Formats: sequence, C-alpha cells, structure tokens
Amino acid sequence: MRAIRVWSVRHARGLMKLYDTFEGVIMAVEPLARTIGYERLEAPVAAVERGVKSVLFDCRMCGQCALSSTGMSCPMNCPKNLRNGPCGGVREDGTCEVEPDMPCVWVEAWRGGQTMGNGKLLDVQAPVDHRMEGSSSWLRLMRRKKDGTYPEPAASARDDMGTPAA
Amino acid sequence: MKSKGNLEARLAAGAFVITAETTPPDGADEASVMDRVGCLEGLVDAVNVTDGAGARAHMSALATGAIMARNGIEPVLQFTVRDRNRLAIQGEMIGAPALGIPSILCLHGDNVANGDQPDAKPVEDTDSRGLMAMARHMRDTGTFPAPSERRIDPAPGLLIGGADAPRDPEAGFRPTTLEGKIAAGADFFQTQFAYDIDVLKRYMAALDDRGVTEKAYFIVGVGPIVSARSARWMNENLFGVHVPEHVIERVEGADDEKAEGRRVCAELVEQFKEIKGVNGAHLMAPRGEKAIARTLTDYNLRG
Repeated sequence: MRAIRVWSVRHARGLMKLYDTFEGVIMAVEPLARTIGYERLEAPVAAVERGVKSVLFDCRMCGQCALSSTGMSCPMNCPKNLRNGPCGGVREDGTCEVEPDMPCVWVEAWRGGQTMGNGKLLDVQAPVDHRMEGSSSWLRLMRRKKDGTYPEPAASARDDMGTPAA
Repeated sequence: MKSKGNLEARLAAGAFVITAETTPPDGADEASVMDRVGCLEGLVDAVNVTDGAGARAHMSALATGAIMARNGIEPVLQFTVRDRNRLAIQGEMIGAPALGIPSILCLHGDNVANGDQPDAKPVEDTDSRGLMAMARHMRDTGTFPAPSERRIDPAPGLLIGGADAPRDPEAGFRPTTLEGKIAAGADFFQTQFAYDIDVLKRYMAALDDRGVTEKAYFIVGVGPIVSARSARWMNENLFGVHVPEHVIERVEGADDEKAEGRRVCAELVEQFKEIKGVNGAHLMAPRGEKAIARTLTDYNLRG
C-alpha cells in the first residue's frame, strides 16, 4: 500500500479539497447521526473510516487525525511515531533510518505540505491521547464541530483535520 | 544474603520488622524529600518509595530512594510496569543497588485512566510477575534476560518483593497467586491494609497450612486511621480493605479521632507480632509520614 500512500501525498491538495467537501457532508448528516446515536455508530463508522483511510494513507487509527497538518502523510507510519518532524536519521536519499526501503514519512510530509500550502506543517502536535486509539476521528470531528465540547483532547491537541481544538 | 540491605538481614535474623511508606515530592531538591520522610529515620527498618502512585507523576522513585539512602534511610523501591519498558526497567534495576537501594517491590501500577493525565500511554511491556522474574534472573545469573544474555558484573543484589491482600480464606482456599509470585522470584510480600485481625489470623493460618510462609516473608499492611470518615472511605474505595464496624465506631466515639486511630494501629501491630508467619508490619498513610512516626514512638513499636 506504500505506493498509494505516496500517491496520496502527491495529491495532497486535491485530497484536502475532497476532504473539505466531505466535511460538509459529514456536518449535513450530523442530525441523523445524533438520532441514531453516536455510540451505536461508533463501531461501523470506525470500520469504514479504517477501510478508506488505510487504503489512502496506511492509517493506524490513532483517533486524532493530523493529516491536514502533515501534508497527508500519516505520521503514525513513522517507526518512531514522530508527530513533529523527522528524526536525525533520515538517509541522504530521503529514506527511513529504521526501514531503508521506505521514504521518510516526514520527507513526504514536507512535500505534501508544500503542495497544500496551508502552513500547518510546523504546528506543534500534542502527544497522542492513547484513549482515542481505534476510535473514529470523523465522529469526533462531527461532535466537536457541533457542540464544541466532546471529547476534549489534551490542551494543545488538534482535531481531526488539523483545525485548532475548541 | 541476596541484598546488602538491613531489611533482609533483620528478616533473616527472625526480627519483627517495621516498614513505612512515603510518596516522592513535587519539588526538585533534596530537602523536599527529607522534609517529608526524615521524621522516620531510626524508627523503621526500611521505607517504601511509591512509583507514580495514583498514576500521577512526582519525583522519580529512583531519585527519591537514592536521596533517602544517602541520608541513612533504607528504601524499598516500588517498581511498576506502567511507565517503562524492559530496557528502562533493567537499567533501573542495575542502578538501584549502585545507589544504595537494596530492595524492590514489584507492582503493576495504578491505571493511567485514574490519574491526572489520563491521555498518557500505559507501557506495560511486562507484568508484575514478569518484573520479579526479570529481577531474579539478573540477580541470580548476572546476565540480562534472553536473548541478550550479556553479563552484568557485579549483578544487582536485590531483595524482591510482591504485593498481596489478606482476605478471608474460603473453603478449599489455595494461595495460587502467591505461589505464582514466589515461583517468579518474590522473597517477601507487603500487603494491603489489614484492619480485620480475625480475617488476618485465618488468612495467615491458611498460608501456613500450605507452607507458603516458609517460602517468603510477610510484612502486613496497616496504618494510623485518620478518622471514622476516612475508614469508611477506605472500605468503599480501596481494593481488599475492610475496617470492621466496631473499629470505626471506636474511632468515631473517641474525643480525639486521630489519637484513637494511632492507638488502633499500634494495637494491631502488637497483635501481628503474635501471628505465626507474620514477619513485620508495613505502615502506610498517604502524606502521613509524621503520623506514622508518632505512632511508632508513642507506642515504642519497634521494640
């Protein structure tokens, strides 16, 4: 799936636009989601999200998506789980120190971030909130956008597509 | 002797030992440690240092223990699997004796979800039994665990402890958890608060029947009760704790609840000394080092 992951970074700008559209759809169906019940939706939505995002980004379902801040290159694929830029071990050809066959996640992120041009690459990401692993970041985004409260991540953590938390 | 500690020497000599407990401070100097725990110097055989109790960060247990050791208070380093992987754990196990810390108490550690940073990652690279086995392997073979097997010279001489909670033994009771911990390397146990003396007697008799008391030292937990309210709180919130109602009523009816709580604690310690298989008392009181010191001196418990 690495080829698709690299493709996604190349097309970061297009994916961002697609996502913006998708976010509109998400918010349009929010009343329905509330009627059905968020807790009931959690498992099926998380399964769909995992399916879509693992194909496009090799998503690891950390539950607090940072893709819009990281040029559509998922930082959880870094063997050291670095969410704030590369380590000192990037090889000269831009591959990973730990997995020499893999392009460095952050070299890719830099490329994607330039394409997206939203200037978020240098935003500092808070440590991962491990309670959220495996849960749907889409539903979380929906709820946070709706009522601005649920669920509170760590103080400086960002929501699903990189907009500052409420 | 497995360690160079006074605690092990006293236990091996058949003495009734007294241990206490302190929580590391939220202050980055030596005085913060000694202001809190200094009052116990000379009154106890060793003092346990909690390791991120309640899943809250404080000064590290290793640093706190090292400060105590160089100020003449022998530490028992509480050691959880919650915050460190095996590499960090092994490093600290070698560092502990080098800093004058002869004993460790192997624990899982309180769940991060109950702490004040619930978003933290619980490491849990092994469990408390794995921790004991790791310590024993390093001590007895002088090598790191497989597949490393690199030499450690000198090996870390650690007395290895485990936690236990006395309870009323049901019919057909088998102390399988304790036997498992002993098989993994436990040399001694320190227990949860045991305020119900009748339950403790039945429990220790059951352990004695099974031969467990021959294989490890038992240091039974108790502490000065602060108030009847706090005793009721412990009954509701602390796993495995039962303060009998007659004890609570006695504290509640006293003019000075704190003084009565210390008296109850002292009487229990004296009763522990008469129970076969009990090798000591472990006095715990959250932020209550001074109350422990006062109980020990007022009633001359160490004898």
